[in-house]
Amino acid sequence: MEPLLTQDVRKPNGYTLDFYVEHDGYAGLRRALGMAPDQIIEMVKASGLRGRGGAGFPTGTKWQFVDKKSPNPRYIACNADESEPGTFKDHVLMERNPHLLIEGCAIACYAIGAKVAYIYIRGEFLHVQQVLEAQIAEAYKAGYLGKNILGSGFDCDVWIHRGAGAYEAGEETALLESLEGKRAQPRNKPPFPAVVGLYNCPTAVNNVETLCNVPLIVKNGAEWFAALGPEKNGGPKLYCISGQVKRPGVYEASMHVTLRELIEGERYAGGAREGRTLKAIIPGGSSVPVLLPEQLDVPASFDAVQKAGSLLGSAGIIVCDDTTCMVWLAENLLHFYRHESCGKCTPCREGTDWLHKILHRIERGEGQMRDLDLLASISAQIGGKTLCAFGDAAITPVQTTLKHFRHEYEAHIREGRCTLVADWRARQPIGAH
Amino acid sequence: MSFHPKMAYDATFHKSSRTLADPGPPFTFTPERRARLDEVLTRYPPDRKRSAVLPALYLAQQQHGYITGNAMRHIAEILEITPADVEDVVSYYTMFYTKPVGRFVLNVCRTLSCALNGAERVTEELCAKLHIKPGETDTSGTFTLVEVECLGACDRAPVVMVNDAWHECVSPESVGHMLDSLRTRGESALTGCHLAVEKR
Repeated sequence: MEPLLTQDVRKPNGYTLDFYVEHDGYAGLRRALGMAPDQIIEMVKASGLRGRGGAGFPTGTKWQFVDKKSPNPRYIACNADESEPGTFKDHVLMERNPHLLIEGCAIACYAIGAKVAYIYIRGEFLHVQQVLEAQIAEAYKAGYLGKNILGSGFDCDVWIHRGAGAYEAGEETALLESLEGKRAQPRNKPPFPAVVGLYNCPTAVNNVETLCNVPLIVKNGAEWFAALGPEKNGGPKLYCISGQVKRPGVYEASMHVTLRELIEGERYAGGAREGRTLKAIIPGGSSVPVLLPEQLDVPASFDAVQKAGSLLGSAGIIVCDDTTCMVWLAENLLHFYRHESCGKCTPCREGTDWLHKILHRIERGEGQMRDLDLLASISAQIGGKTLCAFGDAAITPVQTTLKHFRHEYEAHIREGRCTLVADWRARQPIGAH
Repeated sequence: MSFHPKMAYDATFHKSSRTLADPGPPFTFTPERRARLDEVLTRYPPDRKRSAVLPALYLAQQQHGYITGNAMRHIAEILEITPADVEDVVSYYTMFYTKPVGRFVLNVCRTLSCALNGAERVTEELCAKLHIKPGETDTSGTFTLVEVECLGACDRAPVVMVNDAWHECVSPESVGHMLDSLRTRGESALTGCHLAVEKR
C-alpha cells in the first residue's frame, strides 16, 4: 500500500498550507460541510475506523454515543499526549502533516456538533507545538477555521493545550481533568466522556492518528477505506518500530502486513542488528504482553495480534535482541510505571513501587526464590482493581516476562547476577533507586 | 503556637516530609506575559479560568526560572482559585521546577527504547563529566541533570531533551562534545528533531 498519511513527510515545506491545499487538502472538509452531521458519523462507522490510541474502539460508535440531547456545548478533545513508551507516530503527523489533523478536528466537530476542539499535546513536544500553532494560524487566515467556515455557517475553533509531563494524561478522563486545570487523574467510568466529559459536557476524545484518518474517509468513501485492510481493521496504520533493529522509525502500512515483515522486512525495520537474533517483541507500547519471535507470523491488526496473545495498542513495536536481560527489561518498565502512577488508586500507587523494589533486588542479584511468587501475587492484587487501565498495563511486563522467561529470573537469583554473556548491562545500574 | 512546652510548634515546624514551597521574591507577571495569559484565557469558557493553570505556570517558570510560592499565589488570584489548587498541580507535573535549576536542564530519557540503546551509559558519562548525580546541578550552575521517562523519540534513541529542545542519537562518546558545544554555542549546538528537514 502506498502511504496515505505520511507520503509527504520528508518533503521540504510539506507541512505548509499551500502544499496541503495544492495536494487536494481540505477537500474532505468541503465535502463534509455539504453533508448532514449524522451522515458523516454513519460514514465513519461504515468505514470501520478504529481508535489508534490504544484501545481500538470504533470511532463512529464513539461519536454516536455523544449526547445530542444535552443542552450543554459539546467538545472534541484530541489526545496528542503520546506518552506510551515506544510510540512516536502522532509526533510525525503533527509536525509534518499538521493540516490533516486540523481538517480532521474540524470534520469531527461538525459531525458531533461541537464548536471547539482542544488538542492536548504533551509538554515535551514544544517544537511540534510551535509548528502546529503556526499552521493553525494559517488555517484561520485562509478561512478553514474560525467563523462561518467556507461560507457554510459552521464555526469551529481549534486550540492547543500544552501538558506538562504526565503519562497518565494520555488516559481519556485524566486528559479531561488536566484540561480543566487539575492533576491528571482518571475519573470513575461510567459516566463516559461522551455523556459527561470536559466541563461536564458531552465530549469525544480521539487520538491524533484517528482524526487524521477522518478526512481520508470523507474524501474517498467508507468502502475504499475499509478495503485498505483486513475486515474490521480498515485503513492505513502507522507502526513505530524502535529498540534493537537496524532501521528504527515510523512506517505506514495496511494491517495486512505481518509483524515479521515489519520487523525483518527490507522495506521496514530491516531485522535485528548484525550478528544478533530476536529475543522478544513488545508489539503495542510497553503496556502489552511480550511476544516471542515464533509468534510473529500474524497480521499486525488489532484482531490478529489479540488472537496471538498480545495487543496492538498504539502500535509501538519495541524489539529486543539476545543481549537483553528480561529481568532488567521488567525492572526498567516498572521504574517507568512506578514513576508515572498518578497515585489515585492504592493498589497501583503502592503496588508498582513494591514490584519495582522486588525487581530491582532480583536484578542486583539479591533476590530470593519466594520473590517470584510475591511478584505474581502483587500483580494479581493490582490487576482489575484500579479505575483506569494503568494498573493492568503496569503488571503486564512482570506477568509476561515471568511467564516466558522464568528461567532468567531463577538464574538471577541462583547466580546472584545477570547470566547473559554480556555487556554493560550486567554491571550494577547507577544510583540506588 | 505551642500548646506543649516541650514540642516546638513554632513558625519553622512543618509536619510533612514535603518541604513548603519557597516563597521567593514578590511576583507579578510582566505586562507582556499578563497580556499573553489574558489571551490564553479567552480559549476557555469564562467560568473555567482554572483550565489556564498549566499555561500560566509555564509563563511563570519562563519569567523566574522556577515556580515560587508567590508565583503560585499570583496565579491563584488571576485564575480565581486557591493557592493550594495551584500547588496541587505544580507538585504533580514533572516539567515544573520548584527549585532553581541550571541554565541547561539535561533531561535524559531512561525508558526502554532509549535504555536498550545505552541511555544508562549516557547518564553515567554525564554524571562523571559534571561530577553530579541525577537530580543535581553542577557547581557552575550551568547544567542540571534529570533522568526522565519516555520522551517520544524512540527511533532516535537515546534522546536528551535540553530545556525544550531535543538532541537525538546521543552516544556515551559524544556526550563530552555536546556539553562543550552547549557551553559555547547554547541550544543551537543541538541536533533538534530530525523531522525538521528544512533546517538541515
